[in-house]
Amino acid sequence: MSIDISNSASVDIDHLAKLSRLQLAESEKFKLQGQLERILNHFRALEDVDVSGIEPTAHACDVVNIWDEDEVAEGLTPDQLETIAPAFRDRQIVVPKVVDDA
Amino acid sequence: MEKSLYQLTALEMSGALTSGNISSERLVLDCLERIRTLDESVGAFLHVDEASILAQARASDQRRLQGATLSTLDGVPVALKDVIAVAGEPLTCASRILENYKSPYDAHVTKLLKAAGVVLCGRLNMDEFAMGSATENSAFKRTANPWNLKHSPGGSSGGSAAAVAAGMVPMSLGSDTGGSIRQPAAFCGVVGIKPSYGRVSRFGLAAYASSLDQIGPLARTVRDAAALLQIIAGADPKDSTCMRRDVPDYLAETMRDPGCLRIGLPAEFFAEGLDAEVRKSVLEAADFFAKQGHEIVDIQLPLTKLAVPVYYIIATAEATSNLARYDGIRYGHRSDIAVDAIDIYYKSRGEGFGEEVKRRIMLGNFVLSSGYYDAWYVRAQKVRTLLRAEYMNAFDKVDLILTPTTPGAALRQGEHREDPLQSYLEDVYTIPANLAGLPGISLPCGFVASGLPVGLQLLAAPFAEDRLLQVASQYERAHRFAGLRARIGGDEQ
Amino acid sequence: MNYEAVIGLEVHVQLKTRSKMFTRVATGFGAAPNTLVDPVILGLPGALPVLNRHAIEQSIKVGLIFESTIPEVCKWDRKNYWYPDSPKNYQITQYDQPICVGGSVEIELPGAARNIMGEHRYIQLTRAHLEEDVGKLTHGDNDSLVDYNRAGTPLLEIVTEPVLTSAEEAVAFLNSLRMHLTAAGISDCDMEKGQMRCDANVSLRPIGSSVLGTRTEMKNLNSISGVKNAIEYEIRRQSRILERGGQVVQETRRWDADSGMSTAMRGKEDAHDYRYFPDPDLLPVRIPPATLQRLRAELPEAVFEQQRRYQSQYDLPYTLTSVICYDHHLSKYFEAAVAEYPEGAKGIANYVANELQRERSAAVGEGMLPMEQVKILPAQLAQLVRIVDGGKITKQNAKEVLSTMFATGADPVGIIRELGFDQTTDSSELESICREAVDANPVAAEQFRAGQAKALNSFIGPVMKATKGKGNPAVIQEILRRILAGQ
Repeated sequence: MSIDISNSASVDIDHLAKLSRLQLAESEKFKLQGQLERILNHFRALEDVDVSGIEPTAHACDVVNIWDEDEVAEGLTPDQLETIAPAFRDRQIVVPKVVDDA
Repeated sequence: MEKSLYQLTALEMSGALTSGNISSERLVLDCLERIRTLDESVGAFLHVDEASILAQARASDQRRLQGATLSTLDGVPVALKDVIAVAGEPLTCASRILENYKSPYDAHVTKLLKAAGVVLCGRLNMDEFAMGSATENSAFKRTANPWNLKHSPGGSSGGSAAAVAAGMVPMSLGSDTGGSIRQPAAFCGVVGIKPSYGRVSRFGLAAYASSLDQIGPLARTVRDAAALLQIIAGADPKDSTCMRRDVPDYLAETMRDPGCLRIGLPAEFFAEGLDAEVRKSVLEAADFFAKQGHEIVDIQLPLTKLAVPVYYIIATAEATSNLARYDGIRYGHRSDIAVDAIDIYYKSRGEGFGEEVKRRIMLGNFVLSSGYYDAWYVRAQKVRTLLRAEYMNAFDKVDLILTPTTPGAALRQGEHREDPLQSYLEDVYTIPANLAGLPGISLPCGFVASGLPVGLQLLAAPFAEDRLLQVASQYERAHRFAGLRARIGGDEQ
Repeated sequence: MNYEAVIGLEVHVQLKTRSKMFTRVATGFGAAPNTLVDPVILGLPGALPVLNRHAIEQSIKVGLIFESTIPEVCKWDRKNYWYPDSPKNYQITQYDQPICVGGSVEIELPGAARNIMGEHRYIQLTRAHLEEDVGKLTHGDNDSLVDYNRAGTPLLEIVTEPVLTSAEEAVAFLNSLRMHLTAAGISDCDMEKGQMRCDANVSLRPIGSSVLGTRTEMKNLNSISGVKNAIEYEIRRQSRILERGGQVVQETRRWDADSGMSTAMRGKEDAHDYRYFPDPDLLPVRIPPATLQRLRAELPEAVFEQQRRYQSQYDLPYTLTSVICYDHHLSKYFEAAVAEYPEGAKGIANYVANELQRERSAAVGEGMLPMEQVKILPAQLAQLVRIVDGGKITKQNAKEVLSTMFATGADPVGIIRELGFDQTTDSSELESICREAVDANPVAAEQFRAGQAKALNSFIGPVMKATKGKGNPAVIQEILRRILAGQ
């Protein structure tokens, strides 16, 4: 699935909602689709920039090798987890039965 | 006439505490009283735990009695945007999905504030997950601009700016991803600093866009903001992107003569779309600087026009991933109508997130998804490289960049609500600093005819906060805008 | 038509670190649920990852062992997918710039008999990248429970090229990986504890063809026999489909060890869109050449290199080296003992590979007593072998001495003396020394005969002195009594 940017401001709203794990009402989807397409069409201004040979920026600083030594520190307790968990049993988070989700 | 307590700046409060004229308890009681009186109309606070606030103040007074004060700001109240974690306190990010969540741990800045003896004085309203520019995307309430309650305080740190502008607290912390400290500071007539990326630890700041987010202070004077920045700046081993660099004495820098600097005025920030009254105030500020012996240089930053698309692509991509953790499994809102684990995701998130957050999550997933990644996300990252280089090159020619903080004064509440794109485009003056990792400050530089404040933005090269503070102080000392506070609820002149 | 299998493996190895990959809370197996968690592991708002330097260095060592290229820079990416065991709903991993690229693993296929060395092959690696493990779901009848203890444990995913051709090769690969990684202290590779997990991509093609067939991915292979059986099952399944003229469907299949069958798990791989992008919270890692040199210097000798060296340097037979070299605990023990008695390598090897193993096995109900609990020090074993080689005790007696050493940790000399295996003071010599002692002290002899039993002690001192302590006290007493009784 290779799509040219010039055709890409058409949005598959159901696919995006699924990737986002968002349950949306049909009216919400309709509105979002229009807004996203309008926003993306405006953002196509980026096509005008020659970016050949340019490295992408992933961080606002150019630093490497920030790490910790392998030494153990305190963590949280299951009791602390229980205070924030929506459902908790036997020191564990309870979720309804999990089925495979492709 | 003697000033009322709420009229004092933080450093004046500190002075009164030091001289023994007042107790922290008395100060804090006054703040709480003012919050009770005014916040119904301003709506800056989401949560105020009076008992805890009083206990902190009494502990500070106790320390003072024993001669064991922890810092200049020991006993001075500071309120936090509800996106910064304090152990045992709510951390809602103004979202339904975290409505009943309390953080089990302290943010790094929280630890530093506690170590400085500052009184943590309530949780401030904001746009949900810091996404917005009017504090209208809060799931819980709207915040009004204390200068005119029909107007927006800006956002996303609208509560942080409004609380300070209304004199409910002398200082606050906000977060700035694309202007969320500077824009509300400008709209509310207060000082707001977005530090260089990596100056302040993000550990404990609920992430919106990790490569852009920074925590920063809001206050009524440059010196107050400098004093608060002093406390929160510096390395943190728990944030890999927080730089191991020395922290200058920012308060001392505010008193230092900046000498003669070159100050750049970028044409793109004064072009079409800028309100005439705002332009006038900002250019007057430029004239002031010229009279102080600085050289005003016209510069060009042509890629600024692409800052909005670059920002919204990168920020939403990071956000979509950062916000995936809010799924109703481990903490936060879990839909009670979900039938299985997968359903928990869809329904909890569908119910828990507001419209703007959903829009940005969807947009972020679009630009990251298979087939679109290179054309949108990677391209935006590359343009970011170019934009960053353009700004860094500008700092070869000038020491500071001077611009308006916003294209206009505060909008009326509800304006642009139906047109997210229009609202995104309004962020164009503040976004470049985040994309390039630059420090920026917004300070009041006048009013438009309707009485709303105007903000002046100064930008510097990374980690040149000291220079920003020198120049901002120079301006502040010479202008009556310093320490202004909105008159509200029958305040005296 | 005859088909050949083409197999590629993806092996996840948990690295042995004290703390997790991206935060410093402890790692561990078998702890009470959710006791090895912190804000980072749970993905709480505001939590940020910080790299574990040791995990990075351990991963580099893996690359050095298998002669991978260690790129100068590697970086961190987010793999976005939804599952309750994934606390952030993204996994931090390395997508396009992994820590190790290429390399190969030497494997040994089973020989014709236990004492015959099998064929050796090199299996090409594609890459190895570092990532974080996920939590663990326990499925109940009505709901599932999630424990995040395992989440965030450093995982090195080692990916082979599709160059394996049989289940035996896959098993040999895993064995070689385990031997090398345990020897270097990088992982314990215990499949039962989930420290080594394997997915296998299997496809079939007509023999001689160079085109790859449609592959399936086999998951849940959590034991060596699981890997073997699942791959064999899949090869049979696919060849049956192809022989019938059918088409293999590209899919992921879950192996069920109990039923000995696999079942399709998910739809097409393309349905996944992981939306990889660089993690903005983590900065890249740049490895200077000096670090590579330092880490290389810390590596143990490669397993098969060591085996070839033992064979040539010590003239050890394959059967001994295959026991000693394939278990780094034994080879380290062997090396330490040989350092004490360099001429005795062959004898030491025999004791290590045979007697010691027998004792370890006998000491526990099942399996072997762990080497760290073995009381015999390498120097003590070397001492015993030196005594045996010097002809001072019989080999038969030496076995008994070793058993006692194993039980007590005592020096062999004392044990030999106590057991009376000391052949330097034979009984006739001892008898004449005793006689001399009795003759030299007639007073005491008289006293003893008069009934003072304690008087016997007067002779023992001089006898011990004369035998330089090598006499067995019990034996000496017996001889003295006989002499004094006039026999």
